[in-house]
Amino acid sequence: MAISSGTGPIPVTGQGTRRRARGGYRPESGFNPLAIVFLAPALLLLAVFHVYPTIYTFILSFFRGRSGELNGFLGLRNYEQLFFRDPNFIRFSNPSLDPVNAVLALIVIGSLIAIAVLAIRQRRQKVRDPIRMRVLMLLGIGIVALTAIYRPSGALWNNVLWVVFYTSVVLFLGLIIAVLASRVRYEALIKGIVFLPMAIAATALAIIWRFVYSPDADIGLLNAILAPAGVGPVAFLGDPAIVNWALIAAGIWGSVGFATVILSAALKGIPGEIIEAARVDGASERQIFLRIIVPMVSLPLSVLAVTLIVNVVKLFDLIFVMTQGGPGTASRVIAFSMYQEAFPGGLFGKGAAVAVIMLLLLIPIMIYNVRRFRTEAVT
Amino acid sequence: MSESAGALAGPAVEPKPRTFAERIVRMLGKTPIHIALGLVALVWLAPTIGLLITSFRPRADMQSTGWWESIFTMRFTLDNYRQVIEAQGMGQAFINSVMITIPSTLIPLVLAALAAYAFSWVRFPFRNSLFLLVIALLMVPVQVAFIPVLRLYNPLGFASNYMGIWLAHTAFALPFGIFLLRNFFVTLPRELIEAARIDGAGDIGIFRKIVVPLSVPAIAAYGIFQFLWVWNDLLMALVFVQNSRLNPMTRQIQGLLGQYASEWHILAAGAFLLMLLPLLVFISLQRYFVQGLLAGSVK
Repeated sequence: MAISSGTGPIPVTGQGTRRRARGGYRPESGFNPLAIVFLAPALLLLAVFHVYPTIYTFILSFFRGRSGELNGFLGLRNYEQLFFRDPNFIRFSNPSLDPVNAVLALIVIGSLIAIAVLAIRQRRQKVRDPIRMRVLMLLGIGIVALTAIYRPSGALWNNVLWVVFYTSVVLFLGLIIAVLASRVRYEALIKGIVFLPMAIAATALAIIWRFVYSPDADIGLLNAILAPAGVGPVAFLGDPAIVNWALIAAGIWGSVGFATVILSAALKGIPGEIIEAARVDGASERQIFLRIIVPMVSLPLSVLAVTLIVNVVKLFDLIFVMTQGGPGTASRVIAFSMYQEAFPGGLFGKGAAVAVIMLLLLIPIMIYNVRRFRTEAVT
Repeated sequence: MSESAGALAGPAVEPKPRTFAERIVRMLGKTPIHIALGLVALVWLAPTIGLLITSFRPRADMQSTGWWESIFTMRFTLDNYRQVIEAQGMGQAFINSVMITIPSTLIPLVLAALAAYAFSWVRFPFRNSLFLLVIALLMVPVQVAFIPVLRLYNPLGFASNYMGIWLAHTAFALPFGIFLLRNFFVTLPRELIEAARIDGAGDIGIFRKIVVPLSVPAIAAYGIFQFLWVWNDLLMALVFVQNSRLNPMTRQIQGLLGQYASEWHILAAGAFLLMLLPLLVFISLQRYFVQGLLAGSVK
């Protein structure tokens, strides 16, 4: 589903580019005018479909933008409305600041500062700080407590849920399945089965899962399984408390194969002797997994995580076909909000503001990719 | 990906079992793994197979029994497909999908290959900076382009014919294509290209006779990616195809969903028509696809 979830193939400049970059790469010197012939069509399209729209949409986001034109200047009011007055975009149910919340907020801010300080110190001294893990845990507890108190909701928050749960579960299952599959003869078969959803359109994937989630126990597999246990029928896609989890599960189902294939290739790169040596030294299976396998695939894991996060920011088709953002607006995500505000809603300025927010969320990844590629091209 | 010599605990690590008993013990030792993988296979196959079976079941049966029970009745029909193709417009939508997908795959393939060649083997000022810009553009979401591009399309009428969607798909496929193909092109041996140049070949000749033929795996990988992406896309079609007679299958199914939300015989058959071609392409060309995936992300 990395392909079909409305994201397309998202490449991430990878490790080996350095080695591959040598072939044709030379310092920029000389000018062959033929370059214009080769580049012109592509650059023209990039200018018209990427550069100009980015500038126009950015400017439009400060306007009311009736029928997409730059009219009715609003300043920052589109953004203000999205963040403070639009419960469909982001909403905090209890924004009052009582002492408990203040302490929790302090814990979160304090641990954020601590992490920053530790990161700087670590870079300077090249040592690992043992208390960093503890600070990170504190930060996690603080954030969870704050969300429990403020109960955020809305499209932006749904994207946060997607990032946290979809990304971590896809990576976890992908790694587990890759490791388990590497131990059996039918490895290729298992990987093929899990990978198959990659070819399926998000539209078809959405139909498949609407079918599985159907509240009718004669149609929906899940309710058919739950019925004998006396549970249900559960309206997986009709209950605002469940719908996001049901959608995330379908998204996970579609993407695990992608992670499995990538991680399985990375596992093949781990020299067998290392694991053999560990085993001879009496390491348990759990130790081998946590101390050898996980660290050795940490780079592909982080690259995959970035790809999956980009997937989440751009997520649209699955939501649109499965729930139309519903029930009500419970399962909206930002890409859905952008479409909804601009096209059926006709609020082009507001839609443009959502598009700009999407772009801003992706800019750190953009910088990461560019920086990574630049250092590789130089060395 | 089918190499059986896994790095982990594979047969290479453990000594070969000698006796029958030893083999049995080994197999039993792996039972939890087999059970876990069996479960994985079940979870990943059951939903799709369920829908596949449903697409062949008569409508009357569906009201009373689940697809898992049809294994005992074994009553199947092609009526659902006939109805979806003829009455529900999926036949026309299939043709529209083909009409949208073929140019939207071939045009970016050509343009990206040309640009990637310039970025790897032709010298010009600001080559590195321009390439970094292409990498940056990879992250621009399509949503940013919707409003301004539709504004450009309106006076030209591009949203009511195929031009609009062809151009939009092409433009948004280019950064990835240029990136992927350039990374492949630069690995070609420099001697080969310089030798051709000494022999008097021009850049166009080198591109056509040397670079493209040697890069078939990368070009194929990109072509498959782009084909699957365009064929499976709903969002771009939703925005850039504003003439319902040109709707591709994804939009047609989405439309059916509004009318027949619980008519599963129609939805199941429609979904499988949509999946048919990608699955065929995917299964027959999986090797290229996986190679491209690895080159594009982690390798």
